[in-house]
Formats: sequence, C-alpha cells, structure tokens
Amino acid sequence: MSLRIVVTVKYVPDATGDRHFADDLTVDRDDVDGLLSELDEYAVEQALQISENSDDDVEITVLTVGPEDAKDALRKALSMGADKAIHVEDDDIHGTDAIGTSLVLAKAVEKAGYDLVISGMASTDGTMGVVPALLAERLGVPQVTLLSEVSVEDGTVKGRRDGDAASENLEASLPAVVSVTDQSGEARYPSFKGIMAAKKKPVESWDLSDLDIEAEEVGLEGAWTKVDGAAERPARTAGTIVKDEGEGGKQLAEFLAGQKFI
Amino acid sequence: MAEVLVYVDHVDGAVRKPTLELLTLARRIGEPVAVALGNGAGDTAAALAEHGAVKVLTHEAAEYADYLVVPKVDALQAAAEAVSPAAVLVPSSAEGKEIAARLALRLGSGIITDAVDLEAGDEGPVATQSVFAASFTTKSRVSKGTPVITVKPNSAAVEAAPAAGAVEALSVTFSAQATGTKVTGRTPRESTGRPELTEAAIVVSGGRGVNGAENFAIIEALADSLGAAVGASRAAVDAGWYPHTNQVGQTGKSVSPQLYIANGISGAIQHRAGMQTSKTIVAVNKDAEAPIFDLVDYGVVGDLFDVVPALTEEIKTRKG
Repeated sequence: MSLRIVVTVKYVPDATGDRHFADDLTVDRDDVDGLLSELDEYAVEQALQISENSDDDVEITVLTVGPEDAKDALRKALSMGADKAIHVEDDDIHGTDAIGTSLVLAKAVEKAGYDLVISGMASTDGTMGVVPALLAERLGVPQVTLLSEVSVEDGTVKGRRDGDAASENLEASLPAVVSVTDQSGEARYPSFKGIMAAKKKPVESWDLSDLDIEAEEVGLEGAWTKVDGAAERPARTAGTIVKDEGEGGKQLAEFLAGQKFI
Repeated sequence: MAEVLVYVDHVDGAVRKPTLELLTLARRIGEPVAVALGNGAGDTAAALAEHGAVKVLTHEAAEYADYLVVPKVDALQAAAEAVSPAAVLVPSSAEGKEIAARLALRLGSGIITDAVDLEAGDEGPVATQSVFAASFTTKSRVSKGTPVITVKPNSAAVEAAPAAGAVEALSVTFSAQATGTKVTGRTPRESTGRPELTEAAIVVSGGRGVNGAENFAIIEALADSLGAAVGASRAAVDAGWYPHTNQVGQTGKSVSPQLYIANGISGAIQHRAGMQTSKTIVAVNKDAEAPIFDLVDYGVVGDLFDVVPALTEEIKTRKG
C-alpha cells in the first residue's frame, strides 16, 4: 500500500512586519519579508507524523500557489522532511481570491495524484480559513477539518474537532481533505541534515496552462469579490497610564465607573 | 423588497445572539428569511419573528448532527434556490465560514468572510472587514452571483422588529457528499455559566503574567464581578493554564466587546489581531514598555496580583 499526501502551503508576508496594501488593493508582497505561513507548518508536521506512524509507503508532496519567492516556503517544508514540491506560478494568478485559489489547488492536487490533502487551519494573511472546505467541495471528497488530532489507518482518516459547543470525533474514508489547527502539535525545526537534503529534492513548476485553467478564471479580474477601498485604522488615541502605588485597582474602578461599566 | 437569507445558529431551538445581530443587518438590505436546521429548528421561530424574520424555513433531520457541514450546505442551497435571495448571511463561526464557502461555490457566487459591518450599496451589499491584525479596514462587495457574507459576532445591535415569522417546511434532498464525514462522538463543553467569549459585552483576559493555572481564579473572579467572559493569550493556553476555546488572538477567537481588560498580556501582534477592535481597552501589566499599553484607554503599570483583586473588591463594593 502506498499513501500519497499533498500538503498545501502558503507563502505569506511576515505578520510581525508592517503589512499593507499595494495600489491595486492586493496584499503588498514586496515590502515585507515573506515566509511559510506558521499555521501551515502544523500541516507539514502532521503529514510527517502520519508518515512516521505508517507501515505504508508514504510520499509527501508540498504544494504552493504564489510568486517566485514562494519557493522559500516550499524549501522550508522540504527541509522539515517533505519528499518533493510543486510550485504553481503564473503572472495571471496575481490577485486571485479564495474561490479562484481553490480552483488552482484542486486542479494541481488532481494532477499530482493524492489520497490525502492536509492544509493549515487558515493563512496568517487572509485568515479566511475557507480554502480546505472549498477544496473538498471542488474535489468531491470528504472534508475533515479543523482537527486538533489526526490519524490515518486502513484507508480511513480519524480526528478530533474542538468546536465551541462540543468536541467532535470525525471519521471519513480516503481520499479526503484534512485541515489541522495549531493545537495539533508543535512543528519540528528543520535539522541541518534536513536543510542540506532539501536542496537536492525535486521542485516542479507548473503554470495555468499545465492545469488547463484559463487566465479569466483567476486573477484580480476573475475574482468574484471586489475590494473597493482600504484605509489604515486610525491609531487609538493615547490613553491614561498610571503606575500602581497601592491605589491602581481603585483608580481603574473609577475609570470603569466613569465609562458606565460598573 | 428583495429577500435576504439568514442562516440560524441555534442550540436545540435556542437562537444564539449573533443570529439576531444578522437579522438587524439583513433588514438594511431586504426582508430577512431565516433558515433553521436540525433538532429544535421549529422552536426558533418566535425569537426570529420578534427580530424581523418575515419567514422561517425549517428542516429537521438526523443528518445535521451525524455528519459534518455538508448536510447544512445542501439545505442552504435548497433555500437559496427556492427564495432567489439578494444575499445570504451566515454567522462567522468556524463552521459558519465552511458552510458559507461551499454554498458560495455551488451558487457560483463570491464570498466575503468576517464582515464587521454591512450596508446596502448600488452594486449590492458593501461589507466592512478588519484586516492585518485590525490595522486596516476594507470595504468589499461580491461581484458575481448571490453575495454570501459571513458576519462576526458583536457587529450590530440586536433590535426588536416584530415580523410575521411564518414557519414553512424546507424541502431538502441530501447530496452524495452529505454523508462523507461521520461524527462518531460528541462531547459537549461543560458550561461555565459565563457569557460566550465572542458574544460577551465585556472580556477579561489573562496572559503569561498570570503565571499558573491556579492563578486564573483571580481573573475569573474579576470577570464574574462584571458578568464578563474569560479570555486567555496564546502564551497562557500553550502553557496549559487555560483551555484553547478561550484563546483570544490570531489562532483563537477574535473578540470585539465593549470592554476588554488584558491582565499580564504583553500585546504581541498575534494577540492584538484578536482584540484590537474592542471599543474600550484596559490593561494591567508590570512592564511599562509592554506594547499593549499602546492600545489602551486606561492602563495600570503594576503587579496584577495586587491590582486585579483590589479592582474586583472595589467593583463588588460599588455594585453593593
């Protein structure tokens, strides 16, 4: 038996940087350093753990859609231990929304061949958290998402989804789309050996024509949503700061009473 | 007037507050038609009618509880096809966003998630979103198909607006995908008796400075004196001091209460992402240089183990 896992990852602007918008109201990716979305590291980690716990022959492919620099995200995942990578890169993809991204990912996942797709819970830039569900809808396979625990055995994926009202145990047959949360387990750091090995691992490059996608189906013009404006949130006006000299609690209560919270 | 579908989040017939907020927003765009699914769906009608639902489409079936997400998508699709609405509004919970996304794809429509405000516009509803850890505000609209929009809790006031709320049975045929992911077990969360974190008017949070699970008792005591929900920073959750369901921040809940009280929280960008849109922000922290103080309306530099109990006592005294 073999198990083909495709991990979808995103290259995002560093959240601790000064993120802003470009003139066309897409995310500016030039002025802030990019990196593998932290939340996707958990997806790579779970793929590696499934592989380590499996008697099957497991192959882990890491897939990204993004500009040239997005290769950095693939390298990071390869150095963590993924086997190979696919980079979908095409100028026409710039400005693609979540619906369009799910189309590109679905076509790429199908072309790569898969038994299991693993994604992070959301990207750290767009933060919509809808791509795994969209991918499952497009592929017509079960959606087993937002898992804090995941395991694969005998062609079945099982996991625990911790919702607000309840914790649910889920089960589905492969092929399936899984997403994991940051509660699924700390992601490993790449070892020196892993970093060296990653340099020799294959990275395939595909463009839209490789996936039979027309340029009009994606990009800013093909997006099914439009951003009409973006404004920087006004800085909060400087508040009152007091040092506690024994009366801090009372002073705070006084402020809260003044604001009618008490 | 055009109809607007509103997906009802309810627990055995008890409608949750964010759904009532959606009705307020839906009335700005058209006539709200609510869709309530699963056990107790019919019991939601009175509350929905009181807040403006002209119609309540209901469907009860075991599939909604036994399988993940897809049965609800099937039902909402059936409702959208029956009603031809001007928009579909869904509460921005984790599940709500997944339902909305799959529905949008099926309807051939664009989707906007996590709106914090909604207005009628010449080219369809205009949604306000708060992005990049709430440092920017964007205005967006759906440019293709029926707009599907998820809205965050606390984005609008709950308003009484009595309407007919006529209950109609929705006819639903489940798709082949509906039974793909089976829910094999469910452990309900124990109720704390406190308000739901994302819905609460006041949130009291603790972070690294709380320094231990047992010390969260003083955070809870302050919360209870104000009738508030309890939140925690990622540092406190990762340390195992408080459950992940209470985490505020990028990988936890995003909250927008009237009052947010941060105790022993430095205010890293990941935390700010989850609370920066709060109306009034208050912080207690030992470190005068902590970035949280850049956000506050009122801050106390001091030991939270002195300040918080004193504050709790003072509130109790004032409330009598």
